[in-house]
Amino acid sequence: MVDALLLSRIQFAWVVALHILLPAFTVGLASYIAVLEGAYFYSRRPVFLRLSQFWLRLFALSFGMGVVSGIVMPFQFGTNWSRYSDLTADVVGPLMTYEVLTAFFLEAGFLGVLLFGRKRVPAGVHFFAAIMVAVGTLISTFWILSANSWMQTPVGHAIVEGRFVPEDWMRIVFNPSFPYRLAHTTVAFYITTAFVVIGVGAYYLRRDRHVEESVTMQKMGLGLMAILVPLQVYIGDLHGLNSLEHQPAKIAAVEANWETRPRMPLLLFAWPDQAAERNHFEVAVPNLGSLILGHSVDAVIPGLKEWKPEDRPPVALPFFSFRLMVGIGVVMLLVTIAGLVAWRRGTLASARGFQRVCIWVAPLGFVAVLAGWVTTEVGRQPWVVYGLLRTRDAVTPSLQTGDVAVSLFIYVVAYILIFGAGLYFLARLVRAGFRGEAELEPDAPAPTPARPLSGASRAD
Amino acid sequence: MALDLVPLWAAILAFGVFMYVLLDGFDLGVGMLFPFAPDDASRDLMMNSVAPIWDFNETWLVLGGVGLLAAFPLAFAIVVPAVYFPILFMLIGLIFRGVAFEFRHISHSRRHWDRSFFAGSLVATFAQGIVLGTFVQGIPVEGRAYSGGSLGWLTPFAVLTGAGLIAGYGLLGACWLVFKTEGELQQWARRKARQFTIGVAAFVAMISVWTPLIEPQVRERWFGGENPFWLWPVPIVTFALFAWLWRSLARDTHAKPFIAAMGIVAMAYLGLAISIFPMVVPYTFDLWQSAASAKSQAFLMIGTLFLLPIVLGYTVYSYWVFRGKVKAGGGYH
Repeated sequence: MVDALLLSRIQFAWVVALHILLPAFTVGLASYIAVLEGAYFYSRRPVFLRLSQFWLRLFALSFGMGVVSGIVMPFQFGTNWSRYSDLTADVVGPLMTYEVLTAFFLEAGFLGVLLFGRKRVPAGVHFFAAIMVAVGTLISTFWILSANSWMQTPVGHAIVEGRFVPEDWMRIVFNPSFPYRLAHTTVAFYITTAFVVIGVGAYYLRRDRHVEESVTMQKMGLGLMAILVPLQVYIGDLHGLNSLEHQPAKIAAVEANWETRPRMPLLLFAWPDQAAERNHFEVAVPNLGSLILGHSVDAVIPGLKEWKPEDRPPVALPFFSFRLMVGIGVVMLLVTIAGLVAWRRGTLASARGFQRVCIWVAPLGFVAVLAGWVTTEVGRQPWVVYGLLRTRDAVTPSLQTGDVAVSLFIYVVAYILIFGAGLYFLARLVRAGFRGEAELEPDAPAPTPARPLSGASRAD
Repeated sequence: MALDLVPLWAAILAFGVFMYVLLDGFDLGVGMLFPFAPDDASRDLMMNSVAPIWDFNETWLVLGGVGLLAAFPLAFAIVVPAVYFPILFMLIGLIFRGVAFEFRHISHSRRHWDRSFFAGSLVATFAQGIVLGTFVQGIPVEGRAYSGGSLGWLTPFAVLTGAGLIAGYGLLGACWLVFKTEGELQQWARRKARQFTIGVAAFVAMISVWTPLIEPQVRERWFGGENPFWLWPVPIVTFALFAWLWRSLARDTHAKPFIAAMGIVAMAYLGLAISIFPMVVPYTFDLWQSAASAKSQAFLMIGTLFLLPIVLGYTVYSYWVFRGKVKAGGGYH
C-alpha cells in the first residue's frame, strides 16, 4: 500500500543513500590529503604537492556536495519522522549535536584555510588545517555511527511514558554494536577512497600521462590496501558475530535461514520466499554457515521462524545485498594481491591488463558501502529502534500521502540533477589531470582574466 | 533537584540561530544580489568574498536544527512538520546555492550555475522567512503533534515575513560587500544597501504593527502593565541604528554599515524573542514543557560549554585569515 509511511521510507533511503556516497569518499580523501600534505611538508618532494593539489580539487567539489546533502538529513527527522524525534531525541539528539560541535565546525573552520589559505598562512599551519579537516571527518563518523548503532543495539536508557530517556551515557555511546560498526565503516570508507585513487592512477597510466604521480598514488593506495582489505575481512567477521549475538533476526535474514538448527549450510544463491517461509533454487555449502557464525559445525543458529511474521525483516534485500558486499570484498582482495605482485616485479606502470581492471574496480567501494548499508538497515526492520520502536510508529502523524509524494519527487529530480552534474564535473577534473602540465584537455575550461578562486579550480 | 538548564539551553540555541541568521544571512544576501551586479568581474569578487566561509556559516543552521532536537525535542517534532514544504524548499534552495560555488568554475555553462546560486539563495531565504512567520503566528497542536494542514504555513503574514527576510538578508549582503570590496562594486553595493535599508525599515514597521494585532500574547507582552516602560529602548535603539546605518552608508568605506546592519538584525531578533518568550511551540508549549530530560541536557551542556568558545575561536580565526578587501584575480593568492 502506498502511504505516507512507505513514501517517507523511500525518501529517507534516497536522500541518505546519495549522501553516504560523499562521506564514503571524503572521509578517506581528507586523510589522504593530510598524508600528502605531511609528506610534502617534511620531504619537500614536489610530487606530493602536485598530488595534494590535484586531490584537493576533487575534495572541494565532493565535500561541498556532502555538506549540502548532509544538511537535509537532520531535517528529515523532523519533517517525516517526528514521532521518532519526539520519542528518541533525548538519547540521539545529544549525539548528533556533539557531531556538529566537535566535527562539522572543525571541518568547516579549517576547510577554508586548506582550500584557499596555502599562500595566506605558514606552511605548518596549512598542514595543520589538513589534519584538522581529516580529524573532523573521523569525529563525525564516530558520532553518527554511535547514534545509528544505538538504534541497532539500544542500551543504557529507560522508557518513560513511551519515550527513551538516557540513564548511562557511556553505555549509550559505546553500545554493543558501535565498536564493530565504527571500525567496519571507517575501514570501508578508506578502502573506497583508495580504490578511487588507484583507479585514477590507472586511468592516467593507460594513457601514459602523469606517470610519476600515478605510480606514487598506486603504491600509496596498494600499501594501505595490503593492510586494510585483509583487516576488513576480519572486522566484518567480528561484526557479523556481534549482530548474531544482538540482532539474530538480522543474521537469519542475511543468511535466508528459516529453521533454527545446527549444521546450517551457507547459501551461495537462493530465492527467498517470505510468504512461503522457504527458499527456492538453493545453492548451498553444507555446514559452512554454522562454522562461520558459530565457529563449529554443531553450532545452533536461530532461524526466521523463531520470530512472528510481523517481527521478521524482509529477507531478499539483506540476503542479496550482503552477498554483493562480500563478493566485492573478494574482488578487492584479488586486485590488491595482483597489484602487490606487479609492484614487487616493478611492472606497475606497464601492467596494462591490471590497470584496466583497476579502472573497473574503482567505483566498487561505493557499491559495497551501499550494499552494507542496505544489509544493516533493512535487516533492522520492522524496527527503527531494534525491538522497541517500530518504523511505522515513528512517522509524522500529520503527514499526508500527497505531501510526501511531492517532496519525494522534488528530492529525486533535484538529486539526479545535482549528483549527475557533480559526477560529470568530477570526471572532468580527472580528465583535465594535473595543472602546470602540458597536456590539459582541449575541452578543459579556459582560464578567464579574473581567475575564479573556488577551491575546485584554484588549489594550484 | 538538579540545576535547571532550560534557560541556558534556550540562550545557547537562540545564540546559535542568531549566528546563523547573521552569517548565512549575508551569504544568502550576496547570492540574491548576484545577478544584478555591474559585470562578471564583480560577480567573481562577490563569490570570492563568501567562498571560504559559506560552509562554516551554514554549519550554524545544522547546530540550530539538531540543537533544537536535542534540547527541546517536542518543539522540533511539532514545528518542523508544520513547515514541511518551507523546509523542503529551504533545503533544495541551499543545495542549489551551495553546489554553485564549485560547479560554476568547472562548468562550461557558468550562467546556468550563476542562476542556480541566485535562485537557491532567494528560495532558501524566502522559505526561512515563511518558517519565521508560521512560528510567530502560532502552530495548531493536538496532543504531542502538529494538527494543521499541509499548507497551514501559507498565510499573508508568513508571506510578509518571507519578503521581509529577503530584504534583511539583502541588506546584510550589500553591507558585507561595502565592507569587503572597493571601487565601482563598492559604490554599487552602497546604492543597493540604501535601497534595502528603506525596505527593511518598512518591513520592520509592518511586522511590528501586525504581530500585536493578530496575537494577544504579543500584544500583552509589549503593551500590558508596566511592560512598555521596560521595553521602550528596543524601538528607540532600532531607530538609532537605522539612522547610523544611513549616515555611515553615505561615507564609510569599511565595516560600519555592516556592523549597523547586524545591529538592526539583532534588535529585530530581540524583539521577536521578547514577543514569543517563553513559548517554543507558540502558543501551546513553553520551553520547560518541550525540554529534553535533565540528563540529556546536562550531558550535552558539559561539552557545549567547553566547545562553543572553541568554535567561536575558529570563527574569528577563519575570518581573520581572509581579512581585508577581496582583490580581482588574486584575492586569495
